[in-house]
This record gives sequence, structure tokens and C-alpha cells, in this order.
Amino acid sequence: MDEEETGVMAKMGFEDAATRYGAEPGGGAPTKVKITFIDSHGQARTVEGEVGSTVMETARRNDIPEIAAECGGACACATCHVYVDENWTEKTGKASQMEEDMLDFAFDVKPNSRLCCQITVRPELEGLVVTTPAQQG
Amino acid sequence: MNQLKEAAIETDVVIVGAGPAGLFSVFELGLLDIKAHVIDILPRAGGQCSELYPEKPIYDIPGLPVCTGQELTDNLLKQIEPFHPTFHFNEMVETLAPLGTAEKPEFRLSTDSGKIFHAKVVFIAAGGGSFQPKKPPIPKIESYEGKSVFYAVRRMEDFRDKNVVIVGGGDSALDWTLNLQPVAKSLTLVHRRDQFRAAPHSVSAMQELTAAGKIDFRLGQITAVHGEDGELMSATLKGNDGVEEKLACERLMPFFGLTMKLGPVADWGLQLNENLIPVDTEKFETSQPGIFAVGDINYYPGKLKLILSGFHEVALAAQKAHRYVYPDKKLLFQYTTSSTNLQKKLGVS
Repeated sequence: MDEEETGVMAKMGFEDAATRYGAEPGGGAPTKVKITFIDSHGQARTVEGEVGSTVMETARRNDIPEIAAECGGACACATCHVYVDENWTEKTGKASQMEEDMLDFAFDVKPNSRLCCQITVRPELEGLVVTTPAQQG
Repeated sequence: MNQLKEAAIETDVVIVGAGPAGLFSVFELGLLDIKAHVIDILPRAGGQCSELYPEKPIYDIPGLPVCTGQELTDNLLKQIEPFHPTFHFNEMVETLAPLGTAEKPEFRLSTDSGKIFHAKVVFIAAGGGSFQPKKPPIPKIESYEGKSVFYAVRRMEDFRDKNVVIVGGGDSALDWTLNLQPVAKSLTLVHRRDQFRAAPHSVSAMQELTAAGKIDFRLGQITAVHGEDGELMSATLKGNDGVEEKLACERLMPFFGLTMKLGPVADWGLQLNENLIPVDTEKFETSQPGIFAVGDINYYPGKLKLILSGFHEVALAAQKAHRYVYPDKKLLFQYTTSSTNLQKKLGVS
């Protein structure tokens, strides 16, 4: 990749090529990471999420319960609410202003609350753990 | 009951839902001289397009490289203008019952505001169901609903001289805070943070009332309700600092936005498949002849929940609807580009 393209991506706010495009097979960075969803009863389900997709899409593709995602990922409904495990909150980052606004429509919001359609799967999230609330809608 | 003597609105078709599939149904049915009444629980047309993503771009409407949910809705409303549909907003169809026969169907529909419709055919374009208020996961809250816990204000008088608690930080929460404050004995607004996603003038009006001591603003959430026989006496406020406190109140209004529920559709005697209505792919007719299901609410092998699929479905369903509404008329297939007959209906010839 030439410098110009790297520069463009920096401007777009993406940290590296793998984040932007998903890593190429055999290209070093992993294309899939393991994500664990713990439901409100405490049952854990570990599935593979594709780099570049979202944590919500990963949940839907793997039939994870307690993620409604009514709006399909438009950050418009607050029904993909999760609690990010405390060990991961730094890597997943903070909610954007729009996401914070939408979290007003979720129940029992905590400091580690996120809408998981707004968390992009990245190689450094290998092992991510999130918990789902008992009620989304 | 002599149903013919009811004060019913007589129409060719009732369309349940004013989202893109419902709106385009007006168009395709209108070209076939089928007059429509459209009923929607929301206060405006557009369905999910205007409720969930009015400002967000849609890229897969054929011929429109990009448009927002609101632009699509506005354009559809313009497109169906020539057919003068009658809209009934803020109303939910509660019952749907057949009156006629399989060959000559007729249906009776009633809404939650008491309107009765008699229609020759029905198009169910209800998307994901009805948008209904989200109910917070507070134990036993349902036993207070409609008596002392409300998700909408029907009568301001219900709040006069009461201690009222409103929960939320959006426009509904702030609008009702401002409207009920002069009527209520006391008003407490509870929100999880000190920021509001609402019209700036409402936020500043609320802040002025708080500063003047006329309303009480509390950071936190309501975790329990207390009372008996549906009459609320107090609610537990859990502050953001984790400290719990009981607020004396007789009225509680939680505003957490809307969610889609299948709603009364489940009680209309139609065959259902996991909250979807199975239809055939020739006419998009349900298990009940004369009732069609189009858009996101239907199911058939290969179904994709795309707006463009809904458009296709309504065009085909309208053909069969014509046979019910005009059993003696032969239907000629025509193009809007070349048919002066269709152009006359569109008001462009």
C-alpha cells in the first residue's frame, strides 16, 4: 500500500488497513476473531466474527438471543444493547454522540453500555466478551 | 348484529400500514380504479422509513442512487396524490373479520378509536407490526398500566393535582414535562444523564423550570413501582450514584421510544409463520381469500425484506384485487407511458 492511501485512511479515521477492508487471507492480520456473548441467564456462547463487520451482525448471523436489532444497524432503535466486559471497554472505545443519544431508549444503561451495531470487529478485539440485557424492546 | 346498518366507512380496499409498501399499494390499486383508505398507528406516513431512519440514506431503490427515508416517503406521497387516498393516522386496526364469501369477499375492520370499515379487499402492509411504546423492565409495571402508569397522555385531567414522574430524555419526555407541569401537583423528570436528545427550546424551557424550583430533575432510573389495585403510590429511584430512594407519586410516564410488535394481526385468523404472514408469489394473497399481505410482513420462499420487493408484490396483488372489486370487468394490462386511460387517472393527459 502506498503512502497516499494510508494517508486517506488516516483522514477517514480508520486505524489500519485491516480495519478498513478486512484483512486479506494469509496477509498476516486475522480475518476472524472470537467473540463471546453472555446472555442474561449467564449462558456464554462463543462465535467467530468477521473483521470489518459489526458485533451486532456477528450476533445475528450466529442466532445469538437477546439481540433484537430492529432497525438493522442504523443506530436508530437501541435494541442491540450490550454491556461490554470491563476488560474490553478501552479497546471497544466510547459511544459516539449519536449512539449516546440512542442509548436513552435502552433500559438499565450502565457506563459500559454500547449498541453493538456500532462496534466494528477488529483484530485487536480477539476474545471480546459482551453481556446482553434481559429486555431490549 | 345487522352489520350493514353500522355507521361504517365503505371502501374498495383498506390498506393497513402507511409505509412504502402501503403507499405504493395506493398507486397500483389506484391505476385499477380501486379506492383506498389507509390506516396507520403512527401520526404520519412512512412507517419504518420515517420512524427509524428519516435522515439515513437508502441506496437500493431502483432508479434512485440515494435517497433518505423521508425523501422516499415524500416522493411516494406525491406519486399517489392523484388517487386521493384517505389516511387515518394514530389509529390501530384491532379487528378484521370476513363478512362475504370466498368468491365475493367483504371484510369488517375496526380500529382502536372506534371507526368501522367495510372493504371488498384488505392489504396488510404492516411491516414489522405496530410501533408501540417500549415498556421498561420494572417488575409488575403491567398491573398499573392504563390506571396510573401511562405511555401516552390521552386526557390531561388524569394528571391534575397528582405527583407525576416522567422518565426519559427525548422529545416526548420533555414535551409532556412542559405540558403537565402546570397541571400536576409536582413533577419529577428522571433521566440517566444530564443531556437531552430533544428540541433545544424544550430543553432550555425545562432547565428554566428546574432552576425556578417548579420541577425536580433527577439523574438515575426507576427500578421499582409500589402501590395497590393498579394505583401507584411511589416509585424507587436508583440514582446514578447507586443510592436508592422512594419517590411518592401517583402517576408514572416512561418514554423509551417505540418498538415493533406484531400486535392484533396475530388475532385475525390468518395463518402465521413466526410472526410473518405466508402468501403465494403469484398474488401475495393470505390464507384468507381477499386479504393480501405485502412488504416486510409477508413470507414466501426466497423472501427478501427489501422495499423494492414490496413494490413488486403490491403490483401483482393489485391484479388479483381487481378481480374481487370488479368481478365483471376484464383487466387490460397497460403501461403508464403509453396508455391515455392510465394517464387520465394520473391527471397528466
